[in-house]
Amino acid sequence: MFDNFPLWPVGASSHSFAVDALYLFLVVVSVATTLAIFAVVGLFAFKYRRRHGREAEPIEGNLILEIAWSAAPMGLFLIFFAWGAIIFFDARTPPQDSTEIYVVAKQWMWKLEHVEGQRELNELHVPVGKDIKLIMTSQDVIHSFYVPAFRLKQDVIPGRYTTMWFKATKPGTYHLFCAQYCGTMHSGMIGEVVVMEPAEYQTWLSGGVPSGSMAQNGQLLFTQLGCSTCHRFDVQGRGPNLTGVYGKPVLLEDGRTVIADENYVRESILIPTAKVVSGFKPVMPSFQGQVSEEQLTSLVEYVKSLSLSSSQATAASAGK
Amino acid sequence: MASAVVTTEKKNYLNAEYGIRSWLFTTDHKRIALLYLVSITAFFFIGGFFALLIRLELLTPAGDLLTADMYNKAFTMHGQVMVFFFLIPSIPAVLGNFLVPMMIGAKDLALPRINLISWYIYIIAGILYLHCIATGGVDTGWTFYTPYSTMFSNTRVIEAGLAIFISGFSSILTGLNFVVTIHRMRAPGMTWSRLPLFIWSHYATSIIMLLGTPVIAITLILVVLERTLNLGIFDPTRGGDPVLFQHLFWFYSHPAVYIMILPSMAVISEIVPCFSRKRVFGYNFVAMSSIAIAAIGFIVWAHHMFVAGISLYSALVFSFLSFLVAVPSAIKVFNWTATMYKGSVSFSTPMLYAFGFIGLFTIGGLTGLFLATLGVDIHVHDTYFVIAHFHYVMVGGAVMGYLGGMHFWWPKISGRMYPEGWGRFSAMIVFLGFNLTFFPQFILGYLGMPRRYWDYSHMPEWQGLNVLSTAGASFLAVGYLLPMVYFLWSLRYGKIAPDNPWGATGLEWRTSSPPPTFNFEETPIVTWEAYEYESMPLPEEVTLER
Repeated sequence: MFDNFPLWPVGASSHSFAVDALYLFLVVVSVATTLAIFAVVGLFAFKYRRRHGREAEPIEGNLILEIAWSAAPMGLFLIFFAWGAIIFFDARTPPQDSTEIYVVAKQWMWKLEHVEGQRELNELHVPVGKDIKLIMTSQDVIHSFYVPAFRLKQDVIPGRYTTMWFKATKPGTYHLFCAQYCGTMHSGMIGEVVVMEPAEYQTWLSGGVPSGSMAQNGQLLFTQLGCSTCHRFDVQGRGPNLTGVYGKPVLLEDGRTVIADENYVRESILIPTAKVVSGFKPVMPSFQGQVSEEQLTSLVEYVKSLSLSSSQATAASAGK
Repeated sequence: MASAVVTTEKKNYLNAEYGIRSWLFTTDHKRIALLYLVSITAFFFIGGFFALLIRLELLTPAGDLLTADMYNKAFTMHGQVMVFFFLIPSIPAVLGNFLVPMMIGAKDLALPRINLISWYIYIIAGILYLHCIATGGVDTGWTFYTPYSTMFSNTRVIEAGLAIFISGFSSILTGLNFVVTIHRMRAPGMTWSRLPLFIWSHYATSIIMLLGTPVIAITLILVVLERTLNLGIFDPTRGGDPVLFQHLFWFYSHPAVYIMILPSMAVISEIVPCFSRKRVFGYNFVAMSSIAIAAIGFIVWAHHMFVAGISLYSALVFSFLSFLVAVPSAIKVFNWTATMYKGSVSFSTPMLYAFGFIGLFTIGGLTGLFLATLGVDIHVHDTYFVIAHFHYVMVGGAVMGYLGGMHFWWPKISGRMYPEGWGRFSAMIVFLGFNLTFFPQFILGYLGMPRRYWDYSHMPEWQGLNVLSTAGASFLAVGYLLPMVYFLWSLRYGKIAPDNPWGATGLEWRTSSPPPTFNFEETPIVTWEAYEYESMPLPEEVTLER
């Protein structure tokens, strides 16, 4: 009936219900406040409208009222703040065992790669009911990955990885938009998220012909680019042994400790001198401009795979 | 006969001198205010023209009226013209310039030649920006986000950036002038606690202009240098950080929102007591809330960046501070409302605009809370919800206040009355047209329509709301054109304005309309508090009306 006047977007993620509930609460409070203010303004304007023989009464103010109408909004705002913060905290904290998918944005398309090696363009297939973590970067300007049905967005920034996660709750096809202005065809940088039943998803996943998992491609690159000559696994090379490094704290030459996450691995490939591991010399050359964003994500995925237990690693390299 | 001629030919700032030179080389703050009035009106209609292009393009889902690049330029230049060449100078440079010295009983601003220079700087910046428009324009969005603006846009980014950089100096000089004037030029007896709230608000605005504008100047220069010399500050491939730009940009551009809204609040704080015949309720709280807004306004900038990859904890801090800055705004709305309690309320045009302001600003403020709420912001960020919100504040709020103020002080500025019936009519058209234009955009935003979309043919279901919005914009255009027409008409045909047509208490009403060049025949000595309406009789003419 309201084909041309939709009032509410479909909701399809574990997150969308939480956002809708808070949004509705805000709408109710705002409408009530607006009506109350309008009613009081209207009442005063009418009741005290200018008439003959009636003078305005001089009133300077009222301290108790001032305190009340400063404290009451502040109290209400604290509720909004806390409720919103809880949702945000949840939206920003991916569950430990999420399925990871890499996203590389460019003017004006979305390139997606599953760790199993499937690549997609402007389409993302995901299983329903599973936690999905997106690891995203851009190879040119800032974009923003936005799926209104999931009530989530995250800017995709060149030069680093940003992440977001979601759990789709309803099979279907949903719009994917770029929400950050990115040039001429900004409004054309749209795609679809296809949420499938798990079995259907497995069929889809095995249907493509990937040229190997991301970790396998990464391993190949690791050898081709000569990384393996210094980062050795048998004896101590000129660079640190990368086994078990990912996800762990790393002690740096300058005394700091950082967690070896995706951004750390990425930075160490592109700007190796930025964070040198304690006990090593800054001799690694930069690979800036020599590896594409896709190759970088494969290398990151390979380094990650070196930290999985051997059984997991076998499964991962076999394409699961 | 001869004496009658002398009285009608009484010297005032308008007829003191004639000729183009007497305007272009004037140091009279009132004449400079009029120079600003003419220039910002021109820019308002240029910005409005781009808005019209945007609304017409969005009438249909397909990108059919403009090309994508033209559309991107249209919303960029709409934003930049409206923000930097209309809203920021609007009330301060026109009404503030005209009224700040008069309200405190001074002959002029403290630095009259600096005041004229500020207008010339504005004009140079404006001409440069017009040249930028004429030679191809700019497509970065008004926000100049890097690395798009520094490494990818092929449009006239450098010229636009320099124009806005230059216009900033005009703003800094105006702010400086107000601060010095308010500190040094108050008439005997005009203590800080007797200052009209208009002055308090302009004082707060001036402080933001002084402290904030240099930051955007530096930021834009960095963009220009990055484009010309390839510095790499915002280039991630050389260790730069594109998000750093957003921090620098919003450090000014969020407080700039308060540069636009505080002067409008200043106007409302004058209109509401006058047309309620009452002191403003809670003078100290309204005055201090302006200062609080200016102060807290400087530490909320990263709420523009909740999804831009800032850390979880900084998002929490900035969300909390954003709620905090909403409190003084709420205090103002409650105090204006309470001012009418047991008053004698008239529904003259300025008061209708004030009602409109309170209504639209309330909605704009409350929807700002949605955006400060982290969990909701990740959905509505960068959508039409944001567009609707800031138009409610910056057009619904700032422009309503500006128009309300123009009507309120028009008799003083021009010496003529505008036609009251047309005034009320236009106030209502603006209010209704505004809501019809921007309310549907809240819904579009929650549906997920991203901002800056030229083409929505994959989402044809968005058309209905967009059609409503475009229809509203045409009403709004009429509502904005009308006052210009009857203001001009009144210059010749309007009734001669008395010195104090509203029976208002401010010092500016205790001199002739239009005022003499040096504002007062003799320096006033102030022995009363602001808004002593109980001791200010209504002029006969106004008493009879309603």
